[in-house]
Amino acid sequence: MGQLFEGLRYVEFAWTGVGPMPGTYLASLGATVIRIESGKRPDPLRTMGPYKDGKRSVNRSLFYNMANTNKYGFSLDMKHPEASGVAEKLVSWADVLSESYTPGTMEKWGLHYDAVKKINPEIIYYSTSMMGQSGPYTRLPGFGAQLTGMSGFTNITGWPDRLPAVPYGAYTDFINIKLAIFVLLAAIDYKRRTGKGQRIDLSQYEGGILFLAPLMLDYFVNDREAGRNGNRDIDYAPHGVYPCLGEDNWCAIAVGSDEQWKEMCQVMGDPNWASENRFRTFDGRKANEDELDQGIAGWTCKLAAADVMNRLQAAGIAAGVVNKPSDTFSDPQLTERGAYRSVPHTEIGEHLAFNIAAGIRFSSIAPKVERSSPCIGEHTDFVCRNFLGMTAGEVDGLRQRGVFT
Amino acid sequence: MKNRTQTDEGLLRGYRALDLTDETGLLCGRLLADLGVDVVKVERPGGDKSRCIGPFYKGRKDPEKSLYWFSFNANKRGITLDITKDEGREIFTSLAAGFDIVIESFPVGYMKSIGLDYDALYRINSGIIMAAITPFGQTGPYAGFLGTDLTVCALSGYMSLCGDPDRPPVRIGFPQAFLHAGAFAAGAIVTALIYRGVHGKGQFIDVSAQASLFESAMDAPACWTAEGKNTPRMGGNRIRPGTVYVAPAVFECRNGYIYFVLYGKTVGERANRALVEWMEEENAADEFLRTIDWKTFDPWDARVDQAYIDRLLSQIAGFFKKYTKRELFEEGLRRHIMLFALGTPADIAESLQLDKRGYWIDLHHPEIGKSIRYPGAFVALNQNPCTLRSPAPRPGEHNKVVYSEILGFSETHIVELAQRGVI
Repeated sequence: MGQLFEGLRYVEFAWTGVGPMPGTYLASLGATVIRIESGKRPDPLRTMGPYKDGKRSVNRSLFYNMANTNKYGFSLDMKHPEASGVAEKLVSWADVLSESYTPGTMEKWGLHYDAVKKINPEIIYYSTSMMGQSGPYTRLPGFGAQLTGMSGFTNITGWPDRLPAVPYGAYTDFINIKLAIFVLLAAIDYKRRTGKGQRIDLSQYEGGILFLAPLMLDYFVNDREAGRNGNRDIDYAPHGVYPCLGEDNWCAIAVGSDEQWKEMCQVMGDPNWASENRFRTFDGRKANEDELDQGIAGWTCKLAAADVMNRLQAAGIAAGVVNKPSDTFSDPQLTERGAYRSVPHTEIGEHLAFNIAAGIRFSSIAPKVERSSPCIGEHTDFVCRNFLGMTAGEVDGLRQRGVFT
Repeated sequence: MKNRTQTDEGLLRGYRALDLTDETGLLCGRLLADLGVDVVKVERPGGDKSRCIGPFYKGRKDPEKSLYWFSFNANKRGITLDITKDEGREIFTSLAAGFDIVIESFPVGYMKSIGLDYDALYRINSGIIMAAITPFGQTGPYAGFLGTDLTVCALSGYMSLCGDPDRPPVRIGFPQAFLHAGAFAAGAIVTALIYRGVHGKGQFIDVSAQASLFESAMDAPACWTAEGKNTPRMGGNRIRPGTVYVAPAVFECRNGYIYFVLYGKTVGERANRALVEWMEEENAADEFLRTIDWKTFDPWDARVDQAYIDRLLSQIAGFFKKYTKRELFEEGLRRHIMLFALGTPADIAESLQLDKRGYWIDLHHPEIGKSIRYPGAFVALNQNPCTLRSPAPRPGEHNKVVYSEILGFSETHIVELAQRGVI
């Protein structure tokens, strides 16, 4: 039996994270996803390191290659006068179009929704951008790092006595990728049920704020603004990240009840300090949290982080090693979920890619990571001949005239 | 009479879901409901524990006034049911017979222990789609582990990248891990609905919060495979692979913080030149700064070392201190410099963009006799609106309508069930 989305045609005029990664999900379920790119203006992920063997090249970026598996690569220079004819063929072929450029870009190329709708009336047209497709700041430039700050995450992260600590990377991208997958699938299901297409406008600002919704309500209702609080949590004590044996090794611990605290004391060998009266109740531990953390650190620092986690978990206490990127390749649970998959890439050979569906596991659907991410334009000929019905002569002519660059 | 929570307009109209989750799964049902699924939140009699998660209306702990609960249960209907009692279990089973989706977030094995696991529900409804959201997943060495936001963020690998280098790693200051799991679960459920449309069969979906979050580490795993080095946490600074310096990205301004990254070459040329021009106009750029050739400025050039960057950015930092967040943002826009505030709720609430997009939605709350302003639709659609229609249900608010309409219970039967503590 074929994969669920076999036959679903998906064309991507998109770059970086929130545009392309939903396509990676659909491709893992069998959709035919064509990544439209130009070597003249490559995806920023292709031009940021790290590169395989340190050799800088648009086809050797490891992060790009981890995130665009199972897709076909198609090169098209949208500034070339003959590009629009090819683009027209692509959008009439497609069931879904994805684009994530600064609003106005698709319009410049004659590929905005109203134009595409004339060619393909029931297309699902998915746009995502920082601010959405309307409003005074619709064309605001920026990346997920800027947006993470704007949507409120950075200001609440870090220590009260220090400057905010920036959540790593393009955090809001990874929120919006999931929201995009959800709404795209809903639109696909709706089209399956009714035959009707859809215009999707995902503002990454708006999607991001959803993940802080209670803090917005707190502001509107109580005029209160959350600040930075390290790793403290109003409902837990202790609640922190504690040093363990070795360099920069840590274990996170969260204790929610007095019973759990008693268990934890036992695991620590009932040291004198822990039996002090002030630590007995939740309120007491909260009021003396600095000393509490010091005492716990005195115990954890003599043990390996995994040892702390396993001992506490055995006693029914939430604890988790602070995995470093290197640890995510060997963490037994992430391994069990198949977080990474090895794929053979045309230029860089066998390498590990994200299994984008690792977070979810179906009883009757098996997402696959089989083909590597494409080199720029790797499958242009194949797509033209097999999907767009062009002849070898037509393709050669376009190539000679520089359309596929 | 049509209930306000139901809609004929959403993309997912016509589907029905039973939501048994706590705070580790609530977002999933909220998202489904936003797109038109009739989501019935099933609480234990008296109300779920997650009603006690703050913040609260007027700051007073009250299970009927949790802003957390409000946020992630809007658009749902609510019933109470004790699924641990035999009679409650039977009622749940007869409801599930007519529903499409069940979402739960109990510890692994709990649903089986009360006879409501997927196999049991499949026997009465082969089309049922059941999503189980847990910290680590249903199988594997951590399946039995307890997981909270902090410990899941730790094990996902993301947290090691956040925080100051001289202190422990930190999580984002508001719980995130299970929101990722909930959002991913919603996408998985629709995937399964499409599968059911094709093959006629429901299925079980096992959602892991840890594995839903791990990709947020972005390029850091790739850096490890390429260079054998773990990306360090940098606090408010930013380090770019291959450069030899550490540069601040968070800067103080007159009334808060802004985020500014000094990019090089094509990305940064125009913005850097514009910023220095602005500083020149204000007599705030020394000769060193004025004579940098931004066309050739390359962060990867060996001459761009820590001393060079410190000299460059300390002047810029001093300049930013003279302005407010809004002044920097607006002047930055005018001059094509990316100077964005680290938004606080007040900044976000005052955003002209969100206002013009109609993002905020006021929902009337009868229990407090007032309207509350919410972040509205997470997406804008041209045909089938995604919107907030109704506030989160009060405990058992829709018992009467759900039990009588769907199961045909009489009013006296419903009263009896309530007296026996079943609902």
